[in-house]
Amino acid sequence: MAELLFWAALLTYGLAACALVGEARRPGLPGRLAIWGVRAGWLAHTGLLTVQAVQADGFPWSSAGGALTLFAWLVVSAYLIWGCRPRFRLLGLAVMPAAALLLLVGYARGGIGEAPGGTSPLLALHVSLMLGSFAGFALAAGLAAFYLWQERRLKLRRPGILRRRLPPVEGLEYLSARTVAVSLGLLTAGIGLGLASLAGDGGGFDAAMAVTLAAWAVFAGYLALRRAGLHGRRAAYVNLVGFLVVALALPVTHFAP
Amino acid sequence: MKLVLVGISHHRAPVELRERVALGRDEAGVLSQVLAAQGGEAVCLSTCNRTELYLAHDDDEEAQARAEGALDAVSGLEPEALAPALYRLRDEAAALHLFRVAGGLDSLVPGEGEILGQVRSAYERGAPGPLLDRLFRQALHVGKKVRAETAIAESPASVSAAAAVLAQQLFGDLEGRRILLVGAGKVSELTARNLLSRGAQIAFVASRTLDRAGELARRFGAEPLPLDGVGEELTLADVVVCSTSAPGFVLHGDDVAAALRARRGRPLFLIDLAVPRDVDPAVHELAGCYLYDIDDLEAVVAESLVGRRREAERAESIVAGEAERFAGWHAALEVVPAIASLRARAEEIRAGELARVEGRLDRLSDAERRTVESVTAGIVNKLLHLPTVRMKQAAVTPDGVVYAHAVRHLFGLGEDER
Repeated sequence: MAELLFWAALLTYGLAACALVGEARRPGLPGRLAIWGVRAGWLAHTGLLTVQAVQADGFPWSSAGGALTLFAWLVVSAYLIWGCRPRFRLLGLAVMPAAALLLLVGYARGGIGEAPGGTSPLLALHVSLMLGSFAGFALAAGLAAFYLWQERRLKLRRPGILRRRLPPVEGLEYLSARTVAVSLGLLTAGIGLGLASLAGDGGGFDAAMAVTLAAWAVFAGYLALRRAGLHGRRAAYVNLVGFLVVALALPVTHFAP
Repeated sequence: MKLVLVGISHHRAPVELRERVALGRDEAGVLSQVLAAQGGEAVCLSTCNRTELYLAHDDDEEAQARAEGALDAVSGLEPEALAPALYRLRDEAAALHLFRVAGGLDSLVPGEGEILGQVRSAYERGAPGPLLDRLFRQALHVGKKVRAETAIAESPASVSAAAAVLAQQLFGDLEGRRILLVGAGKVSELTARNLLSRGAQIAFVASRTLDRAGELARRFGAEPLPLDGVGEELTLADVVVCSTSAPGFVLHGDDVAAALRARRGRPLFLIDLAVPRDVDPAVHELAGCYLYDIDDLEAVVAESLVGRRREAERAESIVAGEAERFAGWHAALEVVPAIASLRARAEEIRAGELARVEGRLDRLSDAERRTVESVTAGIVNKLLHLPTVRMKQAAVTPDGVVYAHAVRHLFGLGEDER
């Protein structure tokens, strides 16, 4: 059952990504099909997680593969909050291929296989919060990239600028900052729980913790700089740098074999 | 019931002729009522680009003559002067025309939105009966459908609308956004009205003479400014519309750079409609500042119109489908009463023949009488079954009217009433 749901989710995510390419070329029907594809894929994905939760003895997503499966679901869920709106659909050009890839990598690493047992509730909550925050940062980075694209279009002053209506520049910047703020809250709680869990186990400081704290520092700095007046392209670049820290360093430190 | 359209529009008539037959909304309503009082149904659609009379009547020739006479009377011209500019359409062609009009496909700017409201107003003030009621309701539906299912009305068709849409690309909702008008001429006012209609607020009006600024500022509830006071207000405004006749720049790079620093990252949108330009083009390079001049905006409008024409092709197929649907309904309007009349006539003959031999039927028992009733009714039903089915099939095609007329003629239906 899990296998079937996995392939259904992967296939529909892939088809939605293709439809979004069509939407970028000629807006209209492909975009609507893409959103239905994302919804259908998300339902299959949710079904997969439900089956995993029912079948597992404890927390089923503490392994690297399982975490990636859950992370992909969180990313798509976050996208669906705005992605259904016509103007935000093209954000899926960044989100959907990434979600499909994450799901596939998770599968390759045993994401839908048997979950390791013996995960404490504290650790399960820690993993959930960390993954939730990373999904939020991923979405914020997508919004920042979208901002840079739309801002560039306005600067270029091409005659065809209104052929495709994208979300307003100011709205994208605001949404991106809000998403970072919420995600940073989740990350802070996740780090706190991780430290508490570590203190109980008697573990020490490692590379994964260093990278996580670095990511926290970048995003906290981003929010502080915004309050101090950093806006526009530079703020978007800081946001992207923060996500790069998360995207490049964390898989290496957390999930390296 | 026949549908007749007689009209005049920008396609065939110059403004000198159109203005002779142009009517206000209420006048058009009165004309509709007058025409309908002479028999049938009538709706008059009159805009700056067209005056059209839609009449529904049993005699289409008479209806057309009446419509032409009405337009001649309104224009005050000799019939020969107006006749070459008139177009006359009947039934499905007339319906297709109205659907194209409602969809904005017959307008100067494809997809313009005003026409749909004008069609609604004509319908509400007119004197429609069953046919025109259906026609205009469907036309309003077509107008909405075209705009919902195609992007024909999405792109701006004027420089002022393009400026407003671009401001929305930057800020999203313009509700409460503060506009600074630099120059108090017609161009400024037009752009300001477009921004106002999207929720923006005209906060400041600057002009070379404070009196002129004050006059426009009063109309918008804004604050008048001298031209050299503009720099300070750049910090507060979100959109600046410039259209002075000054020979040099009114807004310099330094002013805008200083304002942007004070704005703490809030973007600023500058619209320069003046020739020679009012704003130093170098400000567009500043972060958070977006400057569009008249050439940029005209290029956006030209591209938009190309897009509208492309969408118009898609809209035409929607309109054609709806016209076909109307044709089916119209044909059924003729056929269904013909079927009912035919069956009533057959029943009348059957009952009459039985009544004629009533004396001889008296000798039959009740059971035998019921058998005779049943057999005669069965014969009538069997005879009429195939013609009824064929007519119902034809009812959804334009041939339905021909069938209906043929049946009425062959069986003499309706002749008694005459």
